[in-house]
Amino acid sequence: MTPRQKRFGLIGLGLLALGVASMLVLNAFQSNLVFFFTPTQVANAEVPKGRGFRIGGMVEAGSLTREGDGLTVHFIVTDLAKRVPVTFKGILPDLFKEGKGVVAQGQLGPDGTFLASEVLAKHDENYMPPEAAAALAKAKAAGAQSSRTLVIPPQ
Amino acid sequence: MNWFKYSSPQAFYPLAGKLIPWFAAAALGLMGVGLYLGFFVAPTDFQQGESYRIIFVHVPAAWMSMFLYVLMALWAGLGLGLHARASFMMTQAIAPTGALFTFLALLTGAMWGKPTWGAWWVWDARLTSELILLFQYIGLILLRASIDDVRRADRASAVFALVGVVNVPIIYFSVKWWNTLHQGASVSMTASPKMATTMVTAMLVMTLGFWMYSIAVTLARMRCVIVERARQPSWGTQAPAQDVAEVRECSGGV
Repeated sequence: MTPRQKRFGLIGLGLLALGVASMLVLNAFQSNLVFFFTPTQVANAEVPKGRGFRIGGMVEAGSLTREGDGLTVHFIVTDLAKRVPVTFKGILPDLFKEGKGVVAQGQLGPDGTFLASEVLAKHDENYMPPEAAAALAKAKAAGAQSSRTLVIPPQ
Repeated sequence: MNWFKYSSPQAFYPLAGKLIPWFAAAALGLMGVGLYLGFFVAPTDFQQGESYRIIFVHVPAAWMSMFLYVLMALWAGLGLGLHARASFMMTQAIAPTGALFTFLALLTGAMWGKPTWGAWWVWDARLTSELILLFQYIGLILLRASIDDVRRADRASAVFALVGVVNVPIIYFSVKWWNTLHQGASVSMTASPKMATTMVTAMLVMTLGFWMYSIAVTLARMRCVIVERARQPSWGTQAPAQDVAEVRECSGGV
């Protein structure tokens, strides 16, 4: 083995060891690296107790209600398996919509209602013109498209 | 043609000088076309309206920030393995451009996050790991600047660059591995793009433009690094022939 091959071998081995080490570390911190918990995790009591956390999911269609003061809102966050009712007093982001993604920061109340102090809208990675979105919605209503990833079919 | 002859700084210097205008012109042209496609041809998005258009700068910048780091680490590895000073010079020349694109990705991301998510910044895995990448670039530049002996600076920053490369897959896969506020990838090697065709085209043209820009500035910086090192007494060899004006131009900035 020439000294040059030995050097490259050492660099390769070093990188490999580093890669494995960081994988182990990331695995160990898995639960601390998530940005939000799902309603299923809330239902299974897998969320931190006694301190604030974030929940994320979809705003259930038809669940948004506003109180008389115009600022306090109630809605339900769902991951299509479990549901968590959320109360928030404040201004919602522009992209907040029923049926769309949301992340709320706050605490779980004793009655199981999540008291949010901040609400963020989570949008997906699909971008298309409104006409294409309308056509997709139409096709979906007709049962033509079953795919969950709104890929635009070639014209 | 013997390509290896250009691994010698003296041969590389005039070649780089000849190539820079071509890459600079290509960068200007491609970025112009890309921005035109992105801002005037690509359709409005069905849910974000016009605010999504920052994607045409944000995503190419983020791609470049990660790609340049891998490239830089590759040169660092080659430098350590081959004891090639030109490879170390490449590592030195790429770092500031990588830092620039990382900063651009973070800045445009914040400008995009406020109108869509409702927050300039959140500490989710994607954003945090990209911020760490910026610190890595800055750390690399500072580490090199803090060591006077060029050869020791080369080796130290090469090791630093190689160690930091673990962060790149973490950035890329963070949206897959963990729950993040940041959305997943719209364009990837394994799936068809989740965007309208004109949007993807505009984004790819912008990426190519950023590529050409990166090559042009890296070559220009390489020339400066060559001149700077030639002036150091420790190097011991003759400086590449050039007039004094060029030396002055280099030590002035870049």
